[in-house]
Amino acid sequence: MTDLLFAPLTDVQRALESKTVSSEELTKDFLKQIHAFDRLNAYISTFEEEALQQARTADKKRASGDTSPLLGVPLALKDNIVMTEGETTCASNFLKDYQSPFDATCVEKLRNAGAVLLGKTNLDEFSMGSSTENSFFGATSNPWDETRVPGGTSGGSAAAVAAGLATAALGTDTGGSIRQPGAFCSVTGLKPTYGRISRYGIVAFASSLDQVGTMTHTAEDAALLCSLLFGKDPLDATSMDKEVPDFDLSTTKDLKGKTIGIPQEYFTDALSGEIAQVVTAATKEFEKLGATLREISLPNTELAVPTYYIIAPAEASSNLARFDGLRYGTRAKDVYGLKELYAQSRTEGFGKEVKRRILTGAYVLSSGYYDAYYLQALKTRRLIQQDFHTAFEHECDFILSPTTPTTAFQKGENVDDPIAMYLNDIYTVTANLAGLPALNLPCGFDSQGLPIGLQLTGKAWDEELLLKAGMLYQRQTDWHTRRPSLTEGS
Amino acid sequence: MDYESVIGLEVHLQLSTESKIFCSSSTTFGADPNTHIDPVTFGLPGALPVPNVKVIEFAIMMGLALNCDIRKLNRFARKHYFYPDLPKGYQISQFDEPICEHGSIRIQTGDSTRTVGITRIHMEEDAGKSIHDPKTASSLVDLNRAGVPLLEIVSEPDIRSASEASAYLKALRQIARYLGISDGNMEEGSLRCDANVSLRPKGELKFGTRTELKNINSFKFVERAIEYEVARQLSLLKNGEEVVQETRLFDSTTGATKSMRSKEESAEYRYFPDPDLPPLVIEESWIHALRAKMPKLPEEHFNELVDTFELSEYDAGVLTAEKSFIDFFMAVVEVCRNPKGAANWITSELFALLHKEGLEIERIQVTPEQLGRLISLIDEDILSGRMAKEVFEVMFTSGRDPEEIIEERGLKQLTDDTTILELIRTAFDENPEQLKQYLAGEQKLHGFFVGQVMKASGGAANPKKVNEILRAEATRRENESS
Repeated sequence: MTDLLFAPLTDVQRALESKTVSSEELTKDFLKQIHAFDRLNAYISTFEEEALQQARTADKKRASGDTSPLLGVPLALKDNIVMTEGETTCASNFLKDYQSPFDATCVEKLRNAGAVLLGKTNLDEFSMGSSTENSFFGATSNPWDETRVPGGTSGGSAAAVAAGLATAALGTDTGGSIRQPGAFCSVTGLKPTYGRISRYGIVAFASSLDQVGTMTHTAEDAALLCSLLFGKDPLDATSMDKEVPDFDLSTTKDLKGKTIGIPQEYFTDALSGEIAQVVTAATKEFEKLGATLREISLPNTELAVPTYYIIAPAEASSNLARFDGLRYGTRAKDVYGLKELYAQSRTEGFGKEVKRRILTGAYVLSSGYYDAYYLQALKTRRLIQQDFHTAFEHECDFILSPTTPTTAFQKGENVDDPIAMYLNDIYTVTANLAGLPALNLPCGFDSQGLPIGLQLTGKAWDEELLLKAGMLYQRQTDWHTRRPSLTEGS
Repeated sequence: MDYESVIGLEVHLQLSTESKIFCSSSTTFGADPNTHIDPVTFGLPGALPVPNVKVIEFAIMMGLALNCDIRKLNRFARKHYFYPDLPKGYQISQFDEPICEHGSIRIQTGDSTRTVGITRIHMEEDAGKSIHDPKTASSLVDLNRAGVPLLEIVSEPDIRSASEASAYLKALRQIARYLGISDGNMEEGSLRCDANVSLRPKGELKFGTRTELKNINSFKFVERAIEYEVARQLSLLKNGEEVVQETRLFDSTTGATKSMRSKEESAEYRYFPDPDLPPLVIEESWIHALRAKMPKLPEEHFNELVDTFELSEYDAGVLTAEKSFIDFFMAVVEVCRNPKGAANWITSELFALLHKEGLEIERIQVTPEQLGRLISLIDEDILSGRMAKEVFEVMFTSGRDPEEIIEERGLKQLTDDTTILELIRTAFDENPEQLKQYLAGEQKLHGFFVGQVMKASGGAANPKKVNEILRAEATRRENESS
């Protein structure tokens, strides 16, 4: 085995460049590790032959002078990102056999950069959940404590990076689905500005909130992937034509002159005391880097979760209407009549949480309720956006907060209490509602040894500052280098 | 009690863009089933719509042609319902923010001209086609049409009769064809029409209960469906019964309408702004640029033909029916400077040949420049009308120049005074008896001599000149003899 299973992408890149390891060797090691920790259930599917083939091709290309940035680097993708290998299941019974005839734009970009694609990671069905327990393929375990959840919905990607099952992974984030599992599994997770990375080929949950992002060992790794994934895509009308920074972090020495906003509304009784302490300690590190801390107010914070749980289900109820069992996916057997076929296929195909959100969404969009719920939520969404706008205009350069109110909870703990589950998103949904970039950085552990994450939220299109701050923080601390003690065999 | 009918039309106009409204698949009609599809059309997971700019331009142009206000900030909305030919479970349309509003169109029926209000025009995607096969009790779906761009044009309830409804539809179709945004072919379904029909006592301002008529797929059926429905409602009201608000299907084989569904069952569409499509901002400069690009519309042409060119309203109507006609006409006039001549030649000779050969004016060999030159040759007395017809038939089938055909066939008109006079003298000399009677005042013999001269010249003599010189010669002889 190589010692690169837990290495940052930048180290893997250097090792491959210097040919101290071949992509084939590395890929074999990752596949071995994936098998060894099958019990974590981080992956829904792996593409062993295809991955080894890609690795051998990468080695050949390298031998002939190819220097593509991800040449031979083994990566994982959340299983709501379509690609032509294998199935794209969205962790749903409905799509368990669905094969996409096309690649998502982000997959195409990874391929063009030479990446080896190991497989597809587990998630909450159609990205609805906060624990990766709502999966047709079973729950994923948190590598730090296997009785606990890895967070969600990109729990499979977070567990894969934390357990050395991929050098880095792509996730998607609709209300915290990259950052919350990042916090629970001690992984650096970036949700970029809405419109930064093409959504073409992402199975839509809530189109106005969904964003592809990275799950990596370091902020530097995230920067590397962003430089490849960012950019306008003619196939996604909501992707924006903004200049992509080169993310050269090497020249940045400190955060002098930068003001970091600390939102008072985030430090309430709902927040675990240990997390408050650890995050407060982390703010000292940023002060050491020359930044000024400043208490700020985001007065509409308490509206975020209710707003989110109207807008997201509304869009989901619409986006999931296409799953009718006629053209692809699960079709109920021995049913006659069109309405019965729709009803039975969807009843069999979707899990409980998905049905709950479709019903909620259909309700809030119905005539008579539209104004009271959906329209009202659009208005509160604007208030939340305005909070951030005001803060960035007058008070700070970016915002620092806890990523989650608690550390990883026990499997099954919140399964029957959707409201408790939804409240887990309290610090993360705001960035999606406001379309802003936000970064989870591992920043410590609680008394049970469970990871804690802090969240940096930035101005729209200013991922560069977040990633610079993250890199400087990670130069100064070693939380992100801690690894779970995993033992083979169960 | 006298009743008046109140009619509003909802027209779906298929736009003739090359690709669909939200993806690059072709819109061509009549391809093999499910060959013009792609991930977006098929509603595959992960596929996203991207608006076709041409559709927006066409919508703006139609809006301008119908005197509408163009909305600056547009949104697409999703309209949800489950049906096998609707792949996404929703149709992308526009809801409370249509691209065009508050317009009007002038229509003509018989001698009267009326203005019909346009409530709104919005853009949307077409659904696929479901084909139900009763033999196998199964349904087949063709998604080629899914995603083809449509404009929905909704009129105010300003229409008062079946013939006005038909005139309104024809006027819309004419404008769409002028703009080149749709072929407006009802039989192929690129123009579809639903009619809202109600009756109210004459003088009453309140509307009666309306029914919505669907499945009307030809201009003829529009009139028949509305006439039937008006008569049906009238007999209900006269018998003291009530009209039920419902959707009714027109059956073209029986000419009747029958109930399809009542309002109670009307669907919950759960409209909301499509989050995959950012708000569409239409800048004033874009509207200006499109306005500048727009061709002259039929009404303006019609007025010019009547007022400036002094053509009859009938001819003006015929010549402006299609953009291709007026374009041809204007190009002919450009050359010959004789609007009446051009109108006559096009509406009689050219149309007769088009009809005979079953050809479209776009696909004929003869150019308007050639026809213009032919008319000039007549006006310059080089050709007689009869000769010109002969020449034109050759031009029509061969596309050859008139001058070349005249040269080849030796068809030049005889206009030389001396030669004509000689022919007249010969005719007089050869028919002394008739000449005597003619000089004695028998006017009908004038025609006889003209005929003789024309015959002698092989039809080439200019009849006008023959007439003139014949009279002069006759007068001279009369004086001589007295």
